[in-house]
Amino acid sequence: MGTFIFRRLSQTLFVVLAAALASFVLLRYVGDPVNNMVGQAASLAERDAMRRALGLDDSILLQFVRFLRDIVNGDLGVSYRFGVPVSRLLMERLPATLELSVCAMLVATLVGVPLGVWTALHRRGVLSHVLLAISLIGVALPTFLIGIVLILIFSVWLGWLPSFGRGATVAIGHGWTTGLLTTSGLKALVLPSLTLGLFQMTLIMRLVRAEMLEVLRTDYIRFARARGLPRTTVNFDHALRNTLVPVITIVGLQFGNIFAFSIIVETVFQWPGLGLLVIQSIQFADVPLLASYLVLIAFGFALINLTVDLLYAVIDPRVRAGLIVSRARL
Amino acid sequence: MKRFWLLCLSTFLAAGLCQADAKTFRYAYRIDPASLDPHALAETFTLSWLGQVYEPLVGRGKNLELVPALAVKWEQPDPKTWRLHLRPNVTFHNGERFGADDVIFSIARIKAEGSDMAYTVATVTDVRKVDDMTVDLVMDKPNPILPLQTTSTYIMSKAWSEANGAAKPASVKNKVENFATNNANGTGAFKIKSRQVGVKTVLVPHEAWWGPREHNLTEVVFTPIQSDATRVAALLSGELEMIYPIPQQDAARVNATGKHAVLTGFELRTIFVNMDQARDELLESSVKGKNPFKDKRVRQAIYQAIDMDAIKSRIMGGTSHVAGTMVAPGVNGYDEKLDRRLAFDPEASKKLLAEAGYPSGFEFGMDCPNDRYVNDEKICQAIVGMLARVGLKVNLLAQTRTKYFEKILSRNTTFSILGWQPLSYDAHSTLQDVINTPRDKIGTYNVGSFSNKRIDELTDLVENEVDPAKRQALISEALTIHKSEIGHIPLHQAGLAWGVRKGVSVHLRNDDSLELRWVKVED
Repeated sequence: MGTFIFRRLSQTLFVVLAAALASFVLLRYVGDPVNNMVGQAASLAERDAMRRALGLDDSILLQFVRFLRDIVNGDLGVSYRFGVPVSRLLMERLPATLELSVCAMLVATLVGVPLGVWTALHRRGVLSHVLLAISLIGVALPTFLIGIVLILIFSVWLGWLPSFGRGATVAIGHGWTTGLLTTSGLKALVLPSLTLGLFQMTLIMRLVRAEMLEVLRTDYIRFARARGLPRTTVNFDHALRNTLVPVITIVGLQFGNIFAFSIIVETVFQWPGLGLLVIQSIQFADVPLLASYLVLIAFGFALINLTVDLLYAVIDPRVRAGLIVSRARL
Repeated sequence: MKRFWLLCLSTFLAAGLCQADAKTFRYAYRIDPASLDPHALAETFTLSWLGQVYEPLVGRGKNLELVPALAVKWEQPDPKTWRLHLRPNVTFHNGERFGADDVIFSIARIKAEGSDMAYTVATVTDVRKVDDMTVDLVMDKPNPILPLQTTSTYIMSKAWSEANGAAKPASVKNKVENFATNNANGTGAFKIKSRQVGVKTVLVPHEAWWGPREHNLTEVVFTPIQSDATRVAALLSGELEMIYPIPQQDAARVNATGKHAVLTGFELRTIFVNMDQARDELLESSVKGKNPFKDKRVRQAIYQAIDMDAIKSRIMGGTSHVAGTMVAPGVNGYDEKLDRRLAFDPEASKKLLAEAGYPSGFEFGMDCPNDRYVNDEKICQAIVGMLARVGLKVNLLAQTRTKYFEKILSRNTTFSILGWQPLSYDAHSTLQDVINTPRDKIGTYNVGSFSNKRIDELTDLVENEVDPAKRQALISEALTIHKSEIGHIPLHQAGLAWGVRKGVSVHLRNDDSLELRWVKVED
């Protein structure tokens, strides 16, 4: 187990480095930040001076090495747009995105898995067909449209829930803010979580259904039934447990997706998280912030993958026994 | 004991009354101010937003006229000196007294390395303290428009800035955060209560403010909301009192609720077309060996092929002001007589092109931003279509502002649209920065390098002419030459639209600046 974790950790480091280099090269193409950093009165010579002072006219490799050196020293630089240390900006915004992602994933899993089981067990039922049809909407409609429609219904027409922001937040400990402890914070969380979780929910539901249908056809389930075990024991202890490995992979990877691509939902709901920060930074070509964010996301993805691999060991005894290293890499 | 209960009761009642009187004004704009440091970035929105917290010496009234702010009187004892009589009994938000030393300090700070506002006081060579409440600004040459140029030149406290290590302006070049970036200590009618960058800023009235209290606010909450649809929804759902800007397609819907109103005006920013008139061969064109834009007939052909009335009605929802000159109404130096376009006439265009030697037209590239000006990309697409009708094939490259400005400011462009709002609200800026022959610090935004000696001379005269009537004549002469030469093609000023909840009154000023001191929340 120890070597397994070590090997995965060194792979993780390599992935993060590669992602950092790739993102750094790509950032050359977001445009020239200097014209956003000076007003319209600045002359071309002054703009050039600014470019030189920031080292933007150095070669990409040199800039990348400088960036890595600063990261190793724990310095992510200062945001071009806000003039504030990037690390502080990211830390300020991280709680909002994490809370939103976790809530969205909870919604997706807690609704998606039971619905998947239900539709698998009653696959000829009318309700199952209705649920499957509805789930297509979740897959087909673009996220921003769902968000806008929800805002229109619940904020503008009914006036029940706020259309933007995070509500009132409470500070916990050093630097963490939460909206989970206030009424307005909880209300503000409902629409964005639903919007963000809807696609994952339908995905999980369909996946659980397909896996369940497959498992239910296997011999050991038939034997279990033949032995006269209670229906619930067969369905949940034997069948569901065996469908969970791919589901965990998906939940893990999708959590990474939700976290990284909450950009759209955060923009629609003006949710003050990392996604919103990033979309604003792209428009202003805020290179230090974007580079740090991309490295952070790469690191997060790698960490989630590692966690998923470790979870297999918990769920699948064969992995624990070292028979197979991991399963179902998607 | 009885007194104790009475005290409790009165406190309770007072708290209740205060509650009833609390007037919170919640509003949203597209973006957050870039910094609270008033000298860090000369961006229109940041400066107008900071005008609630910081104040200039000479400010602007409801119709953009000059009004006393931190200076009660300004005069010229001689043409090269502006004497400012400072307002007595002004306090900063932290209680410090305002005086001449703060003015001298602020001007030095504005001229320091890293400041983006230096251009406003570029002509000032010396600042002299006459007494504690009088300051002389001295120049090498007469500068009649210094008061106009400095209406966004905000005064900071010397003691506060120095005590907090903010004596120099915030600059990313320094790679550290400046205290003034997220803290403010101005003299304005409102002070910062709390701020989370890019998320929310809360302001409260500065009780000791010198001016008459025209507003009735007790608290102001500002939120940047980037998505147009969300901003409108937040207004319609009653979560906000006011939003700006309102996208044109939503204006009618907001008006129709009966609970909201849309206020409209015109921007001070003129949108116009640049044509490369410097190169001997265009960068992106089918014509080789010569530059067709050097021929005035070609420029006029393009001008007359663009139907601005159609763009106004089809793209701008009827809200724009069609422009015949480079200077917008409301800007000092505007000349109404020049504000008429050449007739839209595709037949005349074709004839002019044929005379110039391009009977079957030619091909060239066009640059356009897609997130900078109102409907910028749609306007460009319309122009492409209109020019196609006279035989000009235009290859449009519409991209995000960072890419777009990178391309056009490096002069790597053939044909483009651009907008210009003089930060001084004075035509001299348009002449100097957009129309003058590019050289050194002049003509930075004249990306087509239009050049006319007489206009350059006139611009220098405008800079130093003290008599307003003579000055206007010089401006008009320069703009007339530019118009007849077709140095650029003026297009329009876009409409402004603010959305306000009924029962809230705000004053829409044509520089798109919301002044909290004129806001009233009735219920």
